[in-house]
Amino acid sequence: MPDLSKYRFAKSHEWVLIEGGTATIGITDHAQEELGDVALVLLPDVGRLLQTDEKFGEIESIKAVSDLYTPVGGAVCAVNERLNSSPELVNDDPVNEGWMIKVDLNGASLPEGLMDSAEYELFLQGS
Amino acid sequence: MITPLFQQHQALNAKIVPYAGWDMPGYYTSPVSEALAVRTGCGVFDVSHMGEFRVTGTGSAAFLQFVATNDISTLKPGAALYSLLLNERGGVVDDVIVYCFANDDFLIVVNAGCASKDWQWLNQMAQDFPSVSIADESNETALIAVQGRTAVDSVDALCSQNVCQTPRFCFQSARMTGVEIMLSRTGYTGNDGFEIFCSPKDSSLIWNTLIDTGATPCGLVSRDILRTEAAYPLYGHELLDDISPKESGTAWAVKPRAKNFVGRDAFGHVDKHCQKLVGLKVLEKAIPRQDCDILCNEDIGDKIGIVTSGTLSPMLNVGIALARINFEHSVPGTLVNMDIRGRRVPVEVASLPFYRNGV
Repeated sequence: MPDLSKYRFAKSHEWVLIEGGTATIGITDHAQEELGDVALVLLPDVGRLLQTDEKFGEIESIKAVSDLYTPVGGAVCAVNERLNSSPELVNDDPVNEGWMIKVDLNGASLPEGLMDSAEYELFLQGS
Repeated sequence: MITPLFQQHQALNAKIVPYAGWDMPGYYTSPVSEALAVRTGCGVFDVSHMGEFRVTGTGSAAFLQFVATNDISTLKPGAALYSLLLNERGGVVDDVIVYCFANDDFLIVVNAGCASKDWQWLNQMAQDFPSVSIADESNETALIAVQGRTAVDSVDALCSQNVCQTPRFCFQSARMTGVEIMLSRTGYTGNDGFEIFCSPKDSSLIWNTLIDTGATPCGLVSRDILRTEAAYPLYGHELLDDISPKESGTAWAVKPRAKNFVGRDAFGHVDKHCQKLVGLKVLEKAIPRQDCDILCNEDIGDKIGIVTSGTLSPMLNVGIALARINFEHSVPGTLVNMDIRGRRVPVEVASLPFYRNGV
């Protein structure tokens, strides 16, 4: 389990990790748990420009389909190609190997309203 | 409503989901691993939510011959028969299994979601059969399905008599872990196995003993995956009150030459070139869902059918669907398209079932 202190969390159950000028985005352990066996992850093309809170893809399990939203805006600079052949990485390691996209922040700061890991835990208990 | 096994499901940390008014286990660990447990070993399902109606009296056989589509006169004591109940318009009220104890004593097992409707329908139909009485035994009956490649041996090991030789669609009384049960060689997964009818007070002992001896507890999501792979219809998906058996792959259970029954005339009037139930294999990575449109392969893409059930097949590792499709596109091998939430995905008509083993 990676050190979650550097991660920030959205109410829609995505996480974001800022390193340098790049944000890495995925879904939380709680989200993968709720979805169950992930069968398919549809991700955007590299280069696409995303607004904060814009839908960037879809994740699908046996049970349900969910839209994926980016907590931060910017240009997509990488997508996790391994999820094409191994979508189960999202279940096995959601906050590390199951990452989904990297976004070039281009100097923008983190938006308001994201939670740290302790706040997210409290949010889950309240929901 | 909850079944007599609800506390066992909670103890196993099941994800509880609403189904037809019941709080049922959706899954315990993961639907895929539970489905694969059945395909490779032995799974156990609580299906106590299903309805059981006892039909007794001298007119019972004639009554069932009139309300059910299959030929009840072929049933001998100790045997069971899959059948449909049709309405006068030739649509499906429900699909059921009729168990024969004696020629004046039958049990009908019905879908949980149709139980109250079936109860009204059967009582309405029985008004012309004064010697028939119908009793709802659902609350006095727990039903546990033990299914899978090793399920028959697993059940046999727990019974005081040899039950391996029980033919498919036959049943008998048995003692299992010291408890009186009715054991039926039936199921809904595409693997062999038994369904165990028992008293609610005995159900936990049987359930826990099966799990203690190696059976994997399986929820309704895996049951749906397995029955879709095995191409067994489900009411509300393939079977509907305005859809003919000829359009749901169930006409084999309708015997209009053998007898008269409710819906017989309407059944006969449905053109044989009507829509057909087919299998579809998705040729890209995508999971079909109920109500996805089927489009023809040309650019115009006229709607030619609709998905009735869809899932990702753990055995084939591709998206699969059961679908109602226009007759001229229903031949296996035909290439068509499916609209999956706005994506146009190529699919191939496949022969059914996708998977069955030993049943």
